[in-house]
Amino acid sequence: MIPVFFAYFAVISIVAGFLTVALKHPVHCAISLLVLLLHVSGFFILLNAEFIWAVQVIVYVGAILVLYLFVLMLLNLKTDERYLHNTYLYFLVPTVLGSIYVLALLFKSPYGGAKGDAPASVVLEGGDTYAVGMKMFSDYLLQFEIVGIFLLGAIIGAIVLAKTPKPLE
Amino acid sequence: MVPLSAYVAVSAVLFITGLLGVLIRRNFIIVLMAVEIMLNAANINLVAFSYYLESMAGQLVALFVIAIAAGEAAVGLAIIIVVFRGKISTNVDEMNLLKW
Repeated sequence: MIPVFFAYFAVISIVAGFLTVALKHPVHCAISLLVLLLHVSGFFILLNAEFIWAVQVIVYVGAILVLYLFVLMLLNLKTDERYLHNTYLYFLVPTVLGSIYVLALLFKSPYGGAKGDAPASVVLEGGDTYAVGMKMFSDYLLQFEIVGIFLLGAIIGAIVLAKTPKPLE
Repeated sequence: MVPLSAYVAVSAVLFITGLLGVLIRRNFIIVLMAVEIMLNAANINLVAFSYYLESMAGQLVALFVIAIAAGEAAVGLAIIIVVFRGKISTNVDEMNLLKW
């Protein structure tokens, strides 16, 4: 059953990613980005990472994408006739050729490596949230604090940038 | 059982789609959305490797990536609002004030 779901999520997320880049109207792009994010969160369920799934749905779909849609509504954009660069063929052709080569290399590599200390049985025992929490607040405490400071800085920066400037006296 | 290379391949395709979007789109907001696609491709990779190599580190880094993406979206959209207020355009080709 898992390969069927994997194929479904893979096909839909690739198609949605393509549409996000290819569609003309920005609101349609945002909607297909929504489809992409929800299907990417499906991968996380297949990989026993239900905490990341919840964070993906709440933060990405619930907060970030709504912020994008809000700004799109706020700005009232006009779609121009030309929405791609004039020279996009110079990017398109080498990218497609190079990515086919990279994919061929990816399918050939063995992906060996040292196993860590969290096999699926350990993760399933207490749940993914428990495993992430135990690791986050022991080994990754400093990084957690740094991300907190970063978010505070981003909030203050966004408020300062978007504030209506006062008229000069 | 889905092999790890399948996840890596999906993630590579998504990453290249996002990269193309950054390179060829002219609307600033769509460029930011393409950056989100690239961050999501990286997240798929991190969580897939975390599952197959049996380590929690990948999932933690994926969480940090989501936090960074939230900050990037907030600051990027604030910059878009400022630029739009001044020049009434979100075309990336017309934003050349800092170029010398």
